[in-house]
Order: sequence, then structure tokens, then C-alpha cells
Amino acid sequence: MYKYDQYDQAMVDARVEEFRDQTRRRLDGSLAEEHFRPLRLMNGLYLQLHAYMLRVAVPYGTLNSDQMHALADIAEKYDRGYGHFTTRQNIQYNWIKLEDAPDILADLAKVEMHAIQTSGNCIRNISSDHFAGAAADELVDPRPYAEILRQWSSFHPEFSYLPRKFKICVIASDTDRAAMRLHDIGIQIVKNDAGELGAAFYVGGGMGRTPIIAPCINEFVPLDQLVTYSEACLRVYNRYGRRDNKYKARIKILVHELGKEEYTRQVEEEFAHMLEQGVEPPLAELERIKTYFQDPDFKTGLTDRADRSDPDFALWIDRNCHKHKAPGYVSATISLKPVGGIPGDASVEQMHLMANLAKEYSFDECRVTHAQNIVLPHVEIGRLHELWTKLEEAGLGTPNLDRIDDIIACPGLDYCSLANARSIPVAQKISERFAANGKADELGQLKLKISGCINACGHHHAGHIGILGVDRKGVENYQLLLGGSEAEDTSLGKITGPGFSEDGIVDAVEKAADVYLAHREDGERFLDTYRRIGMDPFKEALYG
Amino acid sequence: MKILTGNDLKTGAVTWWDGQDWSLHVEDAVDVGDKAEEIMGREESARRVNVPYAIDAELDGNGKVRPAHIKDRVRALGPTVRPDLTLKPTEPEALNWVI
Repeated sequence: MYKYDQYDQAMVDARVEEFRDQTRRRLDGSLAEEHFRPLRLMNGLYLQLHAYMLRVAVPYGTLNSDQMHALADIAEKYDRGYGHFTTRQNIQYNWIKLEDAPDILADLAKVEMHAIQTSGNCIRNISSDHFAGAAADELVDPRPYAEILRQWSSFHPEFSYLPRKFKICVIASDTDRAAMRLHDIGIQIVKNDAGELGAAFYVGGGMGRTPIIAPCINEFVPLDQLVTYSEACLRVYNRYGRRDNKYKARIKILVHELGKEEYTRQVEEEFAHMLEQGVEPPLAELERIKTYFQDPDFKTGLTDRADRSDPDFALWIDRNCHKHKAPGYVSATISLKPVGGIPGDASVEQMHLMANLAKEYSFDECRVTHAQNIVLPHVEIGRLHELWTKLEEAGLGTPNLDRIDDIIACPGLDYCSLANARSIPVAQKISERFAANGKADELGQLKLKISGCINACGHHHAGHIGILGVDRKGVENYQLLLGGSEAEDTSLGKITGPGFSEDGIVDAVEKAADVYLAHREDGERFLDTYRRIGMDPFKEALYG
Repeated sequence: MKILTGNDLKTGAVTWWDGQDWSLHVEDAVDVGDKAEEIMGREESARRVNVPYAIDAELDGNGKVRPAHIKDRVRALGPTVRPDLTLKPTEPEALNWVI
């Protein structure tokens, strides 16, 4: 994985000292909150419901074991013994003291991490496929391209004050495991008829209050023009994005209002101009970055069969392991969704354990997924049972990937000052309901996503079943959505009708699941059945 | 009644104006009537509170101050999903008035 060079380290170290001074001035009264707030936000420090919250960037979701240990140490030393992995492949701490924040950033810098650009109207952490570099179906590892975009976008002076926040995702397979088309820019590395690699650009997607699936504006940008084309997309947005209205300031609104054709025309015009300016980094830099993402030293001649005599272990293999490009290996997903648990939360002990397991079983690497789980990308099939046994002992062996209890949930009103309703208790109740009624096994793949407000951090628009918490005259109320998908068959869920109470939404989810079970045909997922039969049978069951 | 809340500048902890100082416990909050702006301006300048604001509250049947809106009730005690991290970790029933 990528290692900081002297410039990376110098920039991050300098930022730590700069923020230390800013914090000192805030505490001694030299800086008022109105002046300090944008400075702390540039360093990922929010003021949330109960305390300061620090969001730490995990570039394209990739961590080594030293970094995971450091995240655990921060949770233990400065927080309350746990961290929360997010849908942006980051980690958040909920109980941070302002006076500790500079020391935390210094601790992060020691393991080549930071919280820069995890807030504010700038280019945020670049996300990617959590199986990058391991998946059997990818063209190339997308992370070198994500990394060069990370370097380009870090402290980019032109893009530090965009109309709104800006999120970029890079993948390299037809299977979308990163919600690529629901980003401001989604990039898919593709191959043309001549066998050359390029980048398909999807621009103007997003969730939030106005969910839009990004249209493809260019099917093939040569990879040696990747940064230039990205910059052209940003320049047009930076010039014309709606700074007058926060709710219309995302690029998706600009692309929608201009129309895909006109936006694309302007980008192409800017791109043609910029090609003459020579802004693209030299190819040598990309090649240098690629050297950090070379395959680990995979063994050959390994067994491709595991001993499946233990049915619990066999179930975990079937549900939580993914096909690897190297024979004898799989990518194993550690579920952070035990029955009744808090989605995405991991204790200090669990983080240390996952760090140790990454070192011992996965070439010192782990990944954070947008579904709030952790992946060990390169595990020998022959050692899977040993790994699973250790996970089981720590409560991390839940075999539920992409099932109804593998719920994405934002922190909601339990932690977030923007939320209108709690998300986590709803996730816990649904998880417990389906564990108790035994239907989870029968349902198969069913992606359920919950947001506590319209900002959609819990990706409710993209859930096969989505839940949106709203405030109805001071009382929590939950709308139900059906038919969303964040995968390559991207779609946006539709609201079923009037909302439900906290307990009512759990019943409603079960009723929707029952409609699926009653109507499904061979091999159909919940989403397939919904798309075939439409909303009416579900409405009938829910409100009839 | 109107009460004042904010966060401690150093720690970020939720605090409530008790008439003299900022308390961690909402039960200590006092009705500030029409003095909210004056108190908040003075206290924020003195860095005794960060980002204060006034909210509606009422007294419950036991005479205890309870914020009117659920968001402030969650702030008052802590996350409903982690009773161990609330102000009253040994009294899970304390969450009953929050929701």
C-alpha cells in the first residue's frame, strides 16, 4: 500500500502544528468560535450532540495493521473505547475533547494518517472498491488512480472552497461494490476495443435530499489524462455551482439544471484548454505510485478447498468470503453487524484483534467497506478456519454479508446534530426481529439501509429496503422506501406511503419481506421481485 | 420555560445554565425568561460555554426540567443505544423520559 514520501509527511506534520496553534488560540480566547469553526472542520473536527466528533480519513478504505492499531489506541486514550466505521470508508470518534485534538492528529501523522478534508466544501476522501487489488473480476487495481487523485486534490488551492462538498469514487470492475454512480464523480477504469485502459466518467450523482444517479459524460478518458479531465469537471462546477443556495449547491444540481449535454460540452471545452496547459502529473509519478500497490507475494500451489465439515464455518465461507484473483486465496469480510449490535462500531479490543489478524492472515492489510464492515483482502483458504475461529471468539464471525441484518445505519439522533430521528435502535430492532423469526436465511440478499435524516449518510435511497427517519411534530417517524440499489444496477428507492412509528417500521419491514417471500420466483432477490411486481402488492400489505 | 444549553469549550460536554454556572445535569437548568441573549453573550465571551442556544423546556410531574424536543433530551442524557455512556450508566430506566 502507499507510503508517504517526504512531501506527504511534511504536509501532514505541518498541518498538525498549524492546528495545534489554532486550538491554543481558540482556548485562550484569541479566536472566536465563528473563526475557529471552519478551521476545525478542515481538520475533521465537528461539534456533535454530546461532544466534539473527529472524522479520520481512510484513503480508499485501505489500512495496514499499524494504522488499525493506532486507531484503536486513539479510541482507548482519547475516546470511550470504540470507533465508528462509516459509509465513506472512514472512522469517527464521538467523544473527543478539543484540547486533545492536536495530540490525536499528531498520533495519526505518525502512522501516515490524518483528518484533513474530511469535512468542509472540498474534495473529500476518495473511496473505492473494498476488494481492490484482490477481486477476480477487476481490470486493474483502482487504488493507484485513487491515490493520484488524492494527491492532486489534497490542499488543491482552487478546490478548497467549492460550492459544496465533493466526493469521488474509483472502481475497476463492472460489478460496483462502492456505489460509484452515487458520487459527485464516479470513475470506472475500463478497457476499449483496442485493449487500452481508460476511465469512464460518471458525473453528478449523489444521495441527500435530491438523489440522482450520475450520468456517464465520457465513456473513455485516456488514463494519462485522468487528472486533467477531473480538474475540468471540477472547474466547470466551481465556476457555475449554486453558491447562493446550500440545498442546490451540489454538482448533481448543476448537471441536472444545465443538462448532461451542456455540462459535458463545457467540460470538454475546458478539458481541451487545459490539455495545452500541461497540468497532468508526469506518468512517472503514476508509475511510482503503482509500485506501492503491487501484488503481495502470493504463494502458489495452495489448496482451493476448505474443510466444510463445521456447518457454521461453511455458512460463514459462503456468505462472507469473496472470490480472489489468486488461486488459493479469498477476501474475507468481518461483519460489524452482530445481531442487535450497533452497525459499524468496533471496540478497542476488536480493532486490535482485526489489526493482528490483518498482519497474520492478510499481508498486513485490511479495508473498510462502505457497508461499515472490515475486509481482510488476501486470506489463504487453507487458513480460513483458523481465522474464523478467532473471529468467532471475539464476536466478529457473524455470517450475514448483504443480508437483512447486515444493515447500514448512520449514527442518527443518538449522536448527530443534523439527525431528525434515531437510526441505530431501528437497525437493532430489525436485526433482532429477523434473528428471532428465522426469516433472514430465507430472504437471502436483501440490503437494508437507514438514515436518520434527509442527508442520507445511511444511503437509504440505495437500499433494497430503505428507511428514512423524519421529525413529525417532535416525534420520530420513519418512511419506508423500496427498490433502491447502489450496485451496478443502480436505482433509487421509492417511498411506500405514510410513515411509521419506531415499532411500526419494524413491522412494516417484516410485511415487505413477507410480500417478497410470497411472490418471488426462482432465484429472484428481493430487489428483482420488487422490480417485477411493482409497488402495489407491498402497499396493499402495508396499508391495505 | 426557556433554558440555555451549550457545550463546554475544552471538552465539548453538553452543559446547562443553572443561574450561576454551567452544569452537566439538565435538572439544574433554570428558566431564563427573556434574559437568554444577555446571558449567552456574556458567558460565551468569557469562554465558559461554546455555541449556547435557548430552548423550550417544561417541568415533569416530579418537578424536573425536561427539554421539549427529543434532540435536546438525547443531548441531556446521552446516546439511547449506549446506556453505559450516559450520565446515569447505572440507571438504564433514566432513558425512559428521553424517548
